[in-house]
Amino acid sequence: MLLRHTPKEVTPRSALVINPAKTCQPIGAMYAALGIHGCLPHSHGSQGCCAYHRSALTKHYKEPVSAATSSFTEGASVFGGQANLLQAIENIFTVYEPEVIAVHTTCLSETIGDDIKQIRDKADKQGLIPKGKHVIYCNTPSYVGSHVTGFSNMVKGMTELSTSTGKKNGKVNVIPGWVEPSDMEEVKRLAALMNVPITLFPDTSGVLNGPLSGEYHMFPEGGVTIKELIEAGDAIGTLALGEWCSADAARNLDTKCKVPCKVLDIPFGLSATDRFIDALRTIAGTSVPEEITRERGQLVDMISDTHQYYYKKKVAIYGDPDQVISMVEFLVSIDMCPVHVVTGTSGAKFEKRIKELTAHLPYEVNVKAWGDMFLLHQWIKNEPVDLLIGNTYGKYIARDEDIPFLRWGFPILDRVGHQYFPTVGYKGGLRLLEKILGLLLDRKDRDDPETVFELTL
Amino acid sequence: MATKNKLVQWTPTDVKEELLKKYPPKVARKRAQSILINEALENTTPEIQANVRTIPGVITMRGCTYAGCKGVIMGPTRDIVNIVHGPIGCSFYAWLTRRNQTDAGEAGENYMPYAFSTDMQDSDIIFGGEKKLKAAIQEAYDLFHPKGICVFATCPVGLIGDDIHAVSREMKEKFGDCNVFAFSCEGYKGVSQSAGHHIANNQVFKHLVGTGENERPGEYKINLLGEYNIGGDGFEIDRVLKLCGITNIATFSGNSSYNQFATAHKADLSCVMCHRSINYVADMLETKYGIPWIKVNFIGAEATAKSLRKIGQYFGDKTLIARIEEVIATEMVKVKEVLSEVKPRTEGKTAMIFVGGSRAHHYMELFNELGMKTVSTGYEFGHRDDYEGRQVIPNLKVDADSRNIEEIEVEADPERFNLRKSPDEMQALEAAGFEFKKYDGLIPDMEKGTLIIDDLNQYEAEKLVEIIKPDIFCAGIKEKYSIQKLGIPLKQLHSYDYGGPYAGFKGAVNFYNEIDRLVNSKVWSYMKAPWQENPELSATYVWE
Repeated sequence: MLLRHTPKEVTPRSALVINPAKTCQPIGAMYAALGIHGCLPHSHGSQGCCAYHRSALTKHYKEPVSAATSSFTEGASVFGGQANLLQAIENIFTVYEPEVIAVHTTCLSETIGDDIKQIRDKADKQGLIPKGKHVIYCNTPSYVGSHVTGFSNMVKGMTELSTSTGKKNGKVNVIPGWVEPSDMEEVKRLAALMNVPITLFPDTSGVLNGPLSGEYHMFPEGGVTIKELIEAGDAIGTLALGEWCSADAARNLDTKCKVPCKVLDIPFGLSATDRFIDALRTIAGTSVPEEITRERGQLVDMISDTHQYYYKKKVAIYGDPDQVISMVEFLVSIDMCPVHVVTGTSGAKFEKRIKELTAHLPYEVNVKAWGDMFLLHQWIKNEPVDLLIGNTYGKYIARDEDIPFLRWGFPILDRVGHQYFPTVGYKGGLRLLEKILGLLLDRKDRDDPETVFELTL
Repeated sequence: MATKNKLVQWTPTDVKEELLKKYPPKVARKRAQSILINEALENTTPEIQANVRTIPGVITMRGCTYAGCKGVIMGPTRDIVNIVHGPIGCSFYAWLTRRNQTDAGEAGENYMPYAFSTDMQDSDIIFGGEKKLKAAIQEAYDLFHPKGICVFATCPVGLIGDDIHAVSREMKEKFGDCNVFAFSCEGYKGVSQSAGHHIANNQVFKHLVGTGENERPGEYKINLLGEYNIGGDGFEIDRVLKLCGITNIATFSGNSSYNQFATAHKADLSCVMCHRSINYVADMLETKYGIPWIKVNFIGAEATAKSLRKIGQYFGDKTLIARIEEVIATEMVKVKEVLSEVKPRTEGKTAMIFVGGSRAHHYMELFNELGMKTVSTGYEFGHRDDYEGRQVIPNLKVDADSRNIEEIEVEADPERFNLRKSPDEMQALEAAGFEFKKYDGLIPDMEKGTLIIDDLNQYEAEKLVEIIKPDIFCAGIKEKYSIQKLGIPLKQLHSYDYGGPYAGFKGAVNFYNEIDRLVNSKVWSYMKAPWQENPELSATYVWE
């Protein structure tokens, strides 16, 4: 047993987190910043933060992830990191020539109280920021919230660039939330099919799913441009997908540039995608093209064809609030039974939403925000499940408890596909079902006695 | 671009100039001292700047002190509960991300698949985190009753002044049966992971080594220092040692357990693998307990054989020496067989190695065996002695960053110090050419005119590859895909790309096959589509 010291009996813990279902803010900020075209993320803190975040993102995407660091030493920690950041800005623009540097802070620079805005203004005054180039920033203290908060803060930081000319440009801002490059591509495809001109930000498609061609472009084709971010202030509205990931940025645009917004769930599964498409349709004032209705029908068809295998199957799921909420809704909609639900990110709203989504079920779901995977494992020991859904770290629980395991979320360190195949939208729903069904039926094929072994399922 | 460059004859001086050309002048001046064109001097080794601050913004490969302490040194010990005191990230990123394998048996204690954190919140930063740390230690103790609990400081802990050592002492006294001690390994200390190795090793030496009495039974007792069992390297070395009849009392710290550290003072010889991360522990073991040390290298079949012979010569026992020769002879059969099959495809190819604090040197051995030349190399966190040899240690400058890394003073233990060899025996060994405490560093093994670069960054890496076009580049995960996009295979020498082991005899065979696979893979020929290679449109399509 890999997790041999995890007892079945749940005892309360007030101080010790074991096997976290979250990580810290800065990595979310770094991921979001990679979704800006020509952007080099910069970590204002010790070297280790940047190295760890780059490693984690690289392992998840199997793609180059460039980011710089202020390389704090003890001296910088005592006297402040201004000199380090100024030097970094000069070096980055001279050597790597990005369009924009996106600075995020760390627990170190936050604890000593470095004022990034002031340092940026100073860099500007000293002429360290070449004309036409930008330094954007956000505060991401690691001791507040989680990686999701950091993502949200950097997306909000992007909207600081937006300005309003007073004239609407007819475009819709879509903030996709922390989803994969493939998902961002899928959102753009759906919007194009609907004939809705959108600005998607961040947009990591074309950045973190690049080709191998013998050429290395530190700043690939993809990503939202600075021009688009500036013009986001003239959009007719913003669709923010995910309360935790995207709402702050959307509301900031509303306050700052009077761009009205609507917060939706991330479109994983049938109903959340329905709501997303319906919102796009209403905004654009058009009818939904046949192609999308057909994709929806295919998803419904697959649910109906394979419903018997999902029915009443118990699921344990952990991950980030926005993603887990949509997934739980999808699982419930196909008559699966999410019995244990954990996010590492805090938020009473999360527990409330999960309880609402599962209210009609004949059992009470175990749900915890700011929980950890140690607790989830203990719950599973007390009430076993048929399927486990979450990031790669779940493989230790899955192996010990012999549970089929769907890798979904961040990070996925031991499989590929998330870069290329979306799980948002109806097509994404098809892929999720294909994966879930494969896992359940592989298990059935493995466990069925020879006498009842089936050819057709 | 890159292909055209290959036609130009670049001298090492040209390359160096090209690497520095784009930097702001101050940066160029500083980097120039870390880029050495190797030259053959008469009696000395050329000097390189190392173990100095990374310039902000250059995109370094380096990590932090915490990573070196918790991740590298303490990570591989299976039966200690490692609690990270700080915001959640530091514990999360060091959770199972290094490939130090361990063998706890069916029922042995093993906390390595767990991540423990105090998950500090803003209120802890404002009001102090000692109370929470104390509660976390208590909860860990109540849940697991481990032999040891280690506490690691992250950046904010040092800034807000939590006294993690006092808390640990208090809890240790309270429990009575659990050794609790702490590491002030805040990420901002030092200039790289190296400072963290030092902080970790000092605490292990102070709080753990010499606290146990029941060592592993056996003859010819050694410690293996600086071997972290990445990809099972330590397993392979232990297999070979066992075949030879040599007893490994303690590995620092691959596949290690609490008791192995505690009984390390019972060994009769310390064998140092990774000079960078641990040479000072070897010195302390000698001063305090009288255990002499030698430098070994189990990376490379020939290097392994040489290291085994060195151990045999030290103990001087004819039976042992004969057994070692027998093991080498048996193991080399397979090694030679694979090498003779692989070498025709690897001979003459070139490699670059930019990794670690000793690995860059060790892996040159394996490439030599494959007939491949290392054309450029350097360390991520090495010091000058790792480049130039131990003779420079007395002259190393102590700067603001190294000053705050504790050097512990040890003296001979009044009861347990004993000389393993009499001064006469030591002299006789030395007279016969046996070298104690000797390490010449990487530079003497590099050819004249090669480039040795400390703390290589992304820009320099890309330039080097474009200009010199090696057949393989060795570094880590952060560098892997940018180099591979250029069509050059990158072999990770931190994680081994999830393969290995590469140590010992079986490891050498694995490495030969792996390098053969990488440098001869067909995938590098698929990068251009047919219409990119021949874009001219023929007049009409020729149907069958």
